[in-house]
Amino acid sequence: MNAASPRALRLPKLFDISWARVFAVFLKELVQMRRDRPTFAIMIAMPVMQLVLFGYAINNDPRHLPAVVEMREDGPLTRAFLASLRASSFVDIVAVTPRADAADAMLRSGRATFLISIPEGFERRMVRGERPQILVAADASDPVAAGGALGAIQSIADQAFAPELQGSLRFMARAPPPYELVIHRRYNPAGVTAFNIVPALLGVILTMTMVMITSIALTRETERGTMENLLATPVRPVEVMIGKTTPYIGVGAVQVVIVLMVATFLFQIPFTGSFPAFLVAVTLFIFANLMLGYLISTLARTQMQAMQMTFFVFLPSILLSGFMFPFRAMPGWAQAIGESIPITHFLRIVREIVLKGAGFSDIATDLWQLALILVVLAALALMRFRRTLD
Amino acid sequence: MSDDIVIDVNGLTKSYGGRMVVDHFDLQVPRGAIYGFLGPNGSGKTTTIRMVCGLLKPESGEGRVLGFDVLNDSLSIKERVGYMTQKFSLYEDLSIRENLDFIARLYGLDNRHARVDKALEDLGLVERQSQVAGKLSGGWKQRLALAACMIHEPQLLLLDEPTAGVDPKARRDFWDQIRRYSAQGVTTLVSTHYMDEAVQCDSIAYIAYGKKLLDAPTADIPKQINLACWRLEGRPLQQAQDMLEGAAGVDLVARFGAAIHVCGRDPALLERTVLNVREAQPHINIQRIDAGFEEIFIYLMAESRDNFQ
Repeated sequence: MNAASPRALRLPKLFDISWARVFAVFLKELVQMRRDRPTFAIMIAMPVMQLVLFGYAINNDPRHLPAVVEMREDGPLTRAFLASLRASSFVDIVAVTPRADAADAMLRSGRATFLISIPEGFERRMVRGERPQILVAADASDPVAAGGALGAIQSIADQAFAPELQGSLRFMARAPPPYELVIHRRYNPAGVTAFNIVPALLGVILTMTMVMITSIALTRETERGTMENLLATPVRPVEVMIGKTTPYIGVGAVQVVIVLMVATFLFQIPFTGSFPAFLVAVTLFIFANLMLGYLISTLARTQMQAMQMTFFVFLPSILLSGFMFPFRAMPGWAQAIGESIPITHFLRIVREIVLKGAGFSDIATDLWQLALILVVLAALALMRFRRTLD
Repeated sequence: MSDDIVIDVNGLTKSYGGRMVVDHFDLQVPRGAIYGFLGPNGSGKTTTIRMVCGLLKPESGEGRVLGFDVLNDSLSIKERVGYMTQKFSLYEDLSIRENLDFIARLYGLDNRHARVDKALEDLGLVERQSQVAGKLSGGWKQRLALAACMIHEPQLLLLDEPTAGVDPKARRDFWDQIRRYSAQGVTTLVSTHYMDEAVQCDSIAYIAYGKKLLDAPTADIPKQINLACWRLEGRPLQQAQDMLEGAAGVDLVARFGAAIHVCGRDPALLERTVLNVREAQPHINIQRIDAGFEEIFIYLMAESRDNFQ
C-alpha cells in the first residue's frame, strides 16, 4: 500500500484546489453532457427557436395590418388617397364602406386593426383651405402592432395628395398639409423595435439555458445517489463547482455565436460597439448565470424543486430587468430587485454596445456590478455546499 | 492509539429529528481484520459507517480512523478509505472505464491508465469496459463499485451491505476478493444481513436501535450468548409451535422448513417445556442442537426489540 500516492499529483495551493480533480469533474460532466443527447439538442436548438419566434413575433415592424376605410365622399383626391393606401405594405384594405356603423363593427370585432375615416365634404373643405380631418382609429388592444403603421399612414397621405395638388391647387402643397390627420389610440407604447429586442433576447436565452442546466447540477447527483460517492472522495466543493460549471461555458459560447449570426443575417442588426467589451461582458454574464443555477442546485433537494426555483428566477429576469418594460418606469423596490439580477446589467451593456456603439468605459459600472453579483453568488453556493450528507 | 488499531472510535452519537439513530457507539478494529457489522434494518449501521468515513459529522464522541481524527481530519481519512455505498452510486451514464478513470483522477493517482487497466483485469471487467454502467446487472455493478473503491489502494474498506441483491455465486466471488485484500493487509468493515457472510468475518459487532449489543470474535459468539437449542420435527408441527410460543424458558421459536428450532437462555427451564410438548404431541421428535448464528441473531433481534418496547 502506497499511502503517499493520493497526494502525488496535487498542484500548488490556490485555495487548496487540485486542478487535476477539477479536470476530473469537468471531463465527467462533458461525457455525461454528450450522452444526454436530447438535452444537448435543446441547448443548441433553443436559441434559434426563441430568436426566430420572439424576434419576429415581438419585433418586426408590423405590416399588412387589416384596415377598413369609411369613405363618405368619392372624388379624385379621396380616390388617390385610397389608391396609396392600397399600394402600401403597412396596411391591407379589407373593406371600403360609406357606413360608419359597419366600419366601427369591423374595428370592434378585430377584423380590422385600423379604421380610416374620410368625412363628407372633405374635398370641398380641403380646396377651401379649411384643413378637414382624416380620422385614424387604431385598435388599442394591440398598441405595439399599431405603432409603426400609424406613423406610416401620415406619410402615405402626404404622398397620395402631392401629385393631385398641381395647377390651380398648387398653393395647397405647402406646409402645413391642407388636411389634418387625427390619430386616436389610447396609449403610445415605448418605442420597441427589433434592434432593441433581439440583442436583449441573447440575455434571456443565456439566462434560461445556463440557469436551468446548472440548477440540476447537484440535485441530479443527490437524486441518483451519486453524491454519496462523490462526497466520499477527497474532492473539494470548489473543485466540484468549477468542474461542473465549466463545460457549460462552451454551450453558452455556442449560443452566443448562434444568436449573433441570426441577429446579423436574419434581423440585419448592426453591431456598432466594441467587440472585446462585448466578449468580456458576455463571459462575465455566462459565469454569473452558471453560478446562479449552481446556487439553486445547492438549495433544491430534487430536480423538480430546482426547476421551480429556476422559473422563480426567470420571471423577474424578463419582467423586472428592463427586457419587457422600461426599467426607469418601475417603482423603486422593483428596480432594486432588477439591479440584483445579472440580466439587468447585461441588457444595458448589450444594448449600449450593439446599438449605441459603446466601449469599455461606457459599460464599466454595469460590468463591475455584474462581477460583484458573480462573486456573491459563487460565495453563497460554496457556503451552501455541504461536505457531508448532514 | 496503537498503530494496529485502524478504527478506534468512542461514543459516536447521531440523531435525526430527535430520534437517536446511533447511540454512544464504540468500535475498535485491528489492522487486516474483516469486521462484520450486523443488525436489523434501520439499526444505524449505515449512519455509523458514514460517520467513520467522514460523510456525517457525529454529534458527540471522538475517535481516530487510520490515525486521523474523525471530527477534524475527514479529508485525510477520505483519501485513504474505500467506501462502497449500499446503493450503486457510480454514474450510470458513464462507461465502466470512464467511471474508474473519474474516480482515479479524483484521487490524483499516478499511472492512472495502468491502474485502471489493472482494476479492470482484477475484476474481470476488461471486455465490458466500454459498456455503460447503467446497463450492468446487479452483480456486475457490485464488482464495478468494489473496483472503484479499491482503485486508490485504500488501507481500509468500508462496505455497506455490498451483496444485497446479488446472486450466491457472485456473493461467493465477492468474498473471495475481500479475503484476498485482507491477506494483503487491508482492513474491512462490512455490514450485512446474511448469516453465511457473517461467519466469514473474523469479528462481529451487532447493533440494534443504535446501540451495540455484542462485539466479539465470531468464534466466541455462541459461547458468549450461551443459547440452549432444541430441534422439533414431526406432526402436528403447528400445534407444537403454538404450545411453545411464550412458554416458560422459551426465548425464541423459529421455523426452519419442516422443523422448529426453539431456544432459551435457561437450559433447564427450556428442557422442561420441550419435554412437556413432546408428551402432549407424541409424534413430535425432539433433539438437542448447538445454537447456530441464525438462532443467535434472531434471538438478539428479538431481545433488542423487547428492550425498546
